[in-house]
Amino acid sequence: MARRYDSSTTTFSPEGRLHQVEYAIEAINNAGTSVGILAKDGVVMASERKITSGLLAPAKVSAASIFVSSAACVDNSTSYTNQLLIHSKTSEKIYKLCPHATCTVAGLTADANILIDQARLRAGRYAYQYQEPIPIENLVEHVCNYKQAYTQYGGLRPFGVAFLFAGYDETHGFQLYQSDPSGNYSGWKATVIGANNQAGKSLLKTEYGAKKNDGDEMKTDDPASEEVEMPDVAEALRLAVKVLNKTMDGAVASPEKLELFTMSLDEEGNCVHKILNAKESAAVIAEVEAETATSGDT
Amino acid sequence: MNDRYISKNLKLYELSNDGLKLSTHAQANFCRGELAKALRKGPYQVNVILGGYDAKVPTGGSLYVMDYLGSCAKVNYGAQGYASNFCLSIMDRDWEEGLTEEQAVKIVEHCIRELQMRFLINQSNFIIKVIDKDGLRTLKFGADPADN
Repeated sequence: MARRYDSSTTTFSPEGRLHQVEYAIEAINNAGTSVGILAKDGVVMASERKITSGLLAPAKVSAASIFVSSAACVDNSTSYTNQLLIHSKTSEKIYKLCPHATCTVAGLTADANILIDQARLRAGRYAYQYQEPIPIENLVEHVCNYKQAYTQYGGLRPFGVAFLFAGYDETHGFQLYQSDPSGNYSGWKATVIGANNQAGKSLLKTEYGAKKNDGDEMKTDDPASEEVEMPDVAEALRLAVKVLNKTMDGAVASPEKLELFTMSLDEEGNCVHKILNAKESAAVIAEVEAETATSGDT
Repeated sequence: MNDRYISKNLKLYELSNDGLKLSTHAQANFCRGELAKALRKGPYQVNVILGGYDAKVPTGGSLYVMDYLGSCAKVNYGAQGYASNFCLSIMDRDWEEGLTEEQAVKIVEHCIRELQMRFLINQSNFIIKVIDKDGLRTLKFGADPADN
């Protein structure tokens, strides 16, 4: 039944669905998982690397994997673009969009590159026009509007990409957004995209912001303790690794398989984008292993 | 004409961005950019002084002076038109850091009086506007009530 109405993006089915868009979303469910978690002092993102061949050209790590950039987004343009270029060669999944925003990708990387270009252009043009950093939602909405056009005009297929955007602006502080091929987006405290995202999301539902009870579990009926307490960046990192352990489902977590990213502010209020190197990732993975060993069940 | 284009575009930003207002700095740069774009097509023959209040700015207020060529400077005091020939030197002397609103208005009145005494064209009515955390206010100066 769907066959007749699913070849063109611009055609609704009789049930009121856009099948091409739904198929695009399906494509992403086979892609490497990405998880994003909002912390009280930053944002954390972790991604599963699908390509782990030993023959891959080594990433240019060390100094290039840490970018410190001004939240004002205005200083000399050569360092801005250089930082972006270095960034794209070190990472399979994580891309810096501007001094105060980064995204991670699930889906067709080639499609993602086009959209990342669009996002970078938008951020740059906004900064040029207003001499101020672009508000994150503004940036996300622009990318999503671009995606939406491919579900309505032109007869071209939708982009097979879902994004997690992590960013900081003055009005709303740290933010995390998710977007999908339909051009829909929403803000999250924690979310997962890609393979096994439902399993990841259910883990987040129980674990995100849950207060650690040392021993006495079922004690309180106090509504105040029901409130979600935001983790700090270190805690959020560990939770992200935990989620990926679950979604990667049997595969042993190791620095080659994971990309860990944090965004936070330094003492001067500048955004720091950090992709953890192998040693740092291994340390976080080890911490998580120790935690799950001692806590027994869950 | 230019003021309408700029102010309505600023309003459009607000409407498109969930009530978010652009800072004075961003507004000035937007305006300056439009002047610069028009310069090599059909220049606006307008000079601009833009002042605004932002909670994030330490002293609250900021002032930008722009001209039809698209230049933009953040200043403590500014003047455009023939007035500048008379007023800038007065403000050079009178302005200092940390003026109260009352003191600032006194300087403006000083400028107006000088113009009325020394400037070729007779101008009896001036409109003074004040911008602060509570918004925009009009003070009057001059004889014609229609100008208020």
